[in-house]
Amino acid sequence: MTPPPKGADAPGAEAPLLSVTDLRTYFHTNNGVARAVDGVSFTVAQGETVGLVGESGCGKSVTALSLMRLIQSPGRIEPGSSVRFEGTELLTLSEADMRRVRGNRMAMVFQEPMSALNPVFTVGDQIAEVARIHSRASRRDAWRQAVAMLELTGMPAPEQRAHEYPHQLSGGMRQRVLIAMALMMNPALIVADEPTTALDVTIQAQILELLADLQRRTGTSILMITHDLGVIAETARRVIVMYAGEVVEQSAVGPLFATPHHPYTEGLLAAMPRMGRRRDRLRVIPGTVPPPTDWPTGCRFRARCQYSWDRCANEHPPLYDLGDGRRSRCHLAVEPGRRAHPHEPLAAQAVPAR
Amino acid sequence: MTPPSAGVGTPDVHPTPTTSRQSGPPLLEVRDLVKHFPIRRGILGRTVGHVRAVDGVSFQLWPGETLGLVGESGCGKSTTGRMVLRLLEPSAGSVHFDGADVLALSGARLRAMRRHAQIIFQDPFSSLNPRMTIGAAIREGLTIHRIAAGEAADRRVRELLSEVGLRPQFADRYPHEFSGGQRQRVGIARALSVSPRLIVCDEPVSALDVSVQAQVVNLLQDLQRDRGLAYLFIAHDLSVVEHIADRVAVMYLGHIVELASATDIYREPLMPYTQALLSAVPVPDPTVRSTRVVLSGDVPSPANPPSGCVFHPRCQHPRKDEACTKLVPPLEEKSAGHWAACIKQPPTTVHWEVQKAAGGTRQPERYLPDL
Repeated sequence: MTPPPKGADAPGAEAPLLSVTDLRTYFHTNNGVARAVDGVSFTVAQGETVGLVGESGCGKSVTALSLMRLIQSPGRIEPGSSVRFEGTELLTLSEADMRRVRGNRMAMVFQEPMSALNPVFTVGDQIAEVARIHSRASRRDAWRQAVAMLELTGMPAPEQRAHEYPHQLSGGMRQRVLIAMALMMNPALIVADEPTTALDVTIQAQILELLADLQRRTGTSILMITHDLGVIAETARRVIVMYAGEVVEQSAVGPLFATPHHPYTEGLLAAMPRMGRRRDRLRVIPGTVPPPTDWPTGCRFRARCQYSWDRCANEHPPLYDLGDGRRSRCHLAVEPGRRAHPHEPLAAQAVPAR
Repeated sequence: MTPPSAGVGTPDVHPTPTTSRQSGPPLLEVRDLVKHFPIRRGILGRTVGHVRAVDGVSFQLWPGETLGLVGESGCGKSTTGRMVLRLLEPSAGSVHFDGADVLALSGARLRAMRRHAQIIFQDPFSSLNPRMTIGAAIREGLTIHRIAAGEAADRRVRELLSEVGLRPQFADRYPHEFSGGQRQRVGIARALSVSPRLIVCDEPVSALDVSVQAQVVNLLQDLQRDRGLAYLFIAHDLSVVEHIADRVAVMYLGHIVELASATDIYREPLMPYTQALLSAVPVPDPTVRSTRVVLSGDVPSPANPPSGCVFHPRCQHPRKDEACTKLVPPLEEKSAGHWAACIKQPPTTVHWEVQKAAGGTRQPERYLPDL
């Protein structure tokens, strides 16, 4: 069932498995153009787990859906965007060819397993369907594979569970079903969009363990999309931080947590309560994410930033290269001395902070 | 309706968990609270069983204190919070608020009690009427409890808005115009409008992003300091609870399985479930690789809870034995102010002879995994 691992421990040796360049996904609504994803570039190497982190509305889920070409009107992937996967440009593929990639070479695991499953089919049928579509397996073979997949995901009594309907399973078991579906065709990349957010913490621990174990065995790459920095720290080797439709920081996981460069990353880490490190007060990032129809000019984080200066208002910061694979969309990269002079952010002045 | 007794080793009346630090009478005292939901089948709606959502919960809360109530989905934490305010009628047990028997109150006296005990919900959007301006929503409490009317009420609404960090002009806006964090501020302003002494916070920051969550947590702490509020803080996020709570109660399948000061419970969790729960929290530090207690399986159904200790089928305590499947562990004081329900963590009032008589083969021994 499990194919031999390929290149599991040698990521980034050749061309990356996935390479996203200047991805722009806009939603053309009556209230204007929402630039949900606005020029995002990153790569995922073979066998690598890359974390994509950010808060609601930063564009991380739209990025995931764009990779799978699951964007629906009024959303549109703008011309000039590129998603290269296993050497093929996905954005120009015909829908028929794209279907051969989706669920086969690149699979997705969603946050809410209940809404991603069909309530009127048994879970076994739904997993088997993947093989019936992609490999034209016989009904019986597909069913056998589905049960084997469920077993691989650690589902208790898989043969019996395969005959059950989604509502008969717990949240953790449903997520195992989705993972079994995603793994069915042994994809090169799994896009996991908040795969554990709806789960309790002990079940989350089981699912994260399962994903890591499956990755060791199959050599799949994982793009782990989450708002939870704890999940990122435990699973990812490399992290991409998104804010307001853009990548604002990119780094190996160690340095990102030790010395975050972008003020947004710094703020996020400081705002988190952490077990065993009780403080009197949590640091806050004042204000809220601006609406995607109306991104500020200059730096989009400027109003909430404690370091911003006139340059941040006038000049949209590029993703500066800091060396060692680190990048940061912050002018502090060229004027590091400014970090010594934090001030009250604009957003904190607008809303009386207590 | 009372849980079966563990036998000889268990005192008939459980002492209510308390701490030595507190003085004066508690603001809230909950004793042996039970909520069983009937399971009905067939066209006659015959009751075929009960979901034991809350199965004998006792705790106390003092003025100005925060008690964290944590546990996973379905453990009964929200049901407990609702019963405290009598938004749900308990099946058994008692609730005393400021000395008064809450379950005996009705009509005007119940309304008067509710003025002093408020609730904040997880999703402020669904608890706000979309066609009512937030000013009107905040004003409601003032009117119902005859606290202020007319110009005085308008003034009070504006004060409340600025107290929770919103612009007073926002009073004329509708809920959809606000972000999640701002709506939660509205929910807080609404709860504060009647000057309560207790606020039941039911997952108040769970739906919020980290940066906004910190704003709301800080606001709640400031308000507590300024007004001497007591919080029953219900949450599943253990890091938030450690940050905000003075004491923490851990629930599992309708029972409180451990109750101690936040410091003690996070440093030295005694109940094996608490240990697993804490070790499951992802650590936002890639240099830390903690040894994790991964629990197998799911939480059993509260309609058919396991016998003896409800946690025994998933328990990782090395001394777990037959006795755990037979005896209901009492919530007992293991050290000063640190209560836990485990007959294998010494000291225990369920003596070894009693455990042996119930089929026990392994003597209790302290177990503290390296978390």
